[in-house]
Amino acid sequence: MEPDPPLDWPAYRSTALRAPHRPFVPLPRGRTELTGPVFGGGTVSPADADLTAHHPGEPLGERIVVHGRVVDTDGRPLAGTLVELWQANAAGRYRHDGDNHPAPLDPNFTGTGRCLTDAGGRYRFVTVKPGAYPWQNHHNAWRPAHLHFSLFGHAFAQRLVTQMYFPGDPLFGQDPIFNSVPAAARGRLIAGFDLDATVPEWALAYRFDLVLRSTPFEEGP
Amino acid sequence: MTTPSQTVGPFFTIGLTERQDPGGTVRLSGRVLDGAGEPVPDALVETWQSDPPVFARCPTDAGGHWAVLVAPAAYVNVSVFARGLLNRVVTRAYLNADATDPVLVSIEPDRRATLVAAAIDDGYTFDVHLQGPHETVFFSL
Repeated sequence: MEPDPPLDWPAYRSTALRAPHRPFVPLPRGRTELTGPVFGGGTVSPADADLTAHHPGEPLGERIVVHGRVVDTDGRPLAGTLVELWQANAAGRYRHDGDNHPAPLDPNFTGTGRCLTDAGGRYRFVTVKPGAYPWQNHHNAWRPAHLHFSLFGHAFAQRLVTQMYFPGDPLFGQDPIFNSVPAAARGRLIAGFDLDATVPEWALAYRFDLVLRSTPFEEGP
Repeated sequence: MTTPSQTVGPFFTIGLTERQDPGGTVRLSGRVLDGAGEPVPDALVETWQSDPPVFARCPTDAGGHWAVLVAPAAYVNVSVFARGLLNRVVTRAYLNADATDPVLVSIEPDRRATLVAAAIDDGYTFDVHLQGPHETVFFSL
C-alpha cells in the first residue's frame, strides 16, 4: 500500500496551484540517489534537543518527552542521521513572522530542535505540547496539535518531512492534511503515549517511530 | 511500510535553516512558480550531489527566488518542499545536458528542456514550474 498522500488533494486548498499534474518519471537509483548529506557533531549540540532550555526561563505548557527510533523498511536502525523538529508553542503560535494567529508568543520558547540518532537509531527531544491553531483552509478549520519532523536518513531517496500527531485528537476528522494520508497509514503519524518514558514528577512522554525507505545497495554510478 | 509524508507547511524556516556545504563553487539560482505562473514565496529548495558530496538548501524569497552553490557536475538532484505540497517533489538540474544521458533520453523530447539549467553571467539558472503548461519533469524514486 502506498502510505504517502496524493499531491492532488483538493480538500487542502493550497494544493490547487501547486500539485503537479503530469505523471512522475521513475528515476533509476544511482550513486546520487543512494547517498546523502552527513551531518556531524559540528552541526548539532546535545542542548539542541531540549526545546525547553533555549531561553533563560522555562516555556509555558505541558512538558513532554518525544522519542523513538528511526529505521528503514528492513528494520535496520539509521544511526547518526539528523532529525529536525519545529512546532507551535503551547498556545498554538509559531515564532514566525507569517503567523498572525492572535495567540501569545512565549518569550521562553522558539519551537525548534534537532539531534542526531544514536547507534540504535534512537532520538529524544524534550519540549512542550503544541496547541491547536486555526488556519482558514475552510470554515472553522483547526490543525490538530502536531510536531513537524524532518529526516535525512543515509540517502537522498530516504529524505522525509512529516508531522507527528497526538493520540485521540478530536480535530483529526476535519483536518484535510492528516486525512490526505490513506486511512490505513494514518496511524503511523500518531505518537503513542509512553508511560515507561515519562519522567516522574516532571514530564509525560510520547513515542514516535519513523520508517524510511530501504536503500539496500548502490545500483551503479 | 514507510512513515507517510506531510507538507512542510508555511513556517518551516524556523526549523529548517539555510545550509551551504563547502565545495560549492558554481552559483545555481532560479525561481519556484505555481500553476498560474506566480512565484511561490514559501518553498524550500534542497540540492544534493554525491561526487563531490555537496548539500545545500535555501528557502524562496517573496519573488520565489532561491540560490545555492553547487560543485561542477553534469547534474544536481533537486528537492522542492512547500506549503500545498503534501510530499516533496524531486527533479534534476542538468548543468551539462549530455544528449546520451539515459535519464534525459527517457524523457519526452518536448519536456527535456525543463531539466536543463541555462548558463547565465553568474552561473546557471533553473526555474521549477510546479504545474501548468511548462510543468517541470518530476521523478519518482
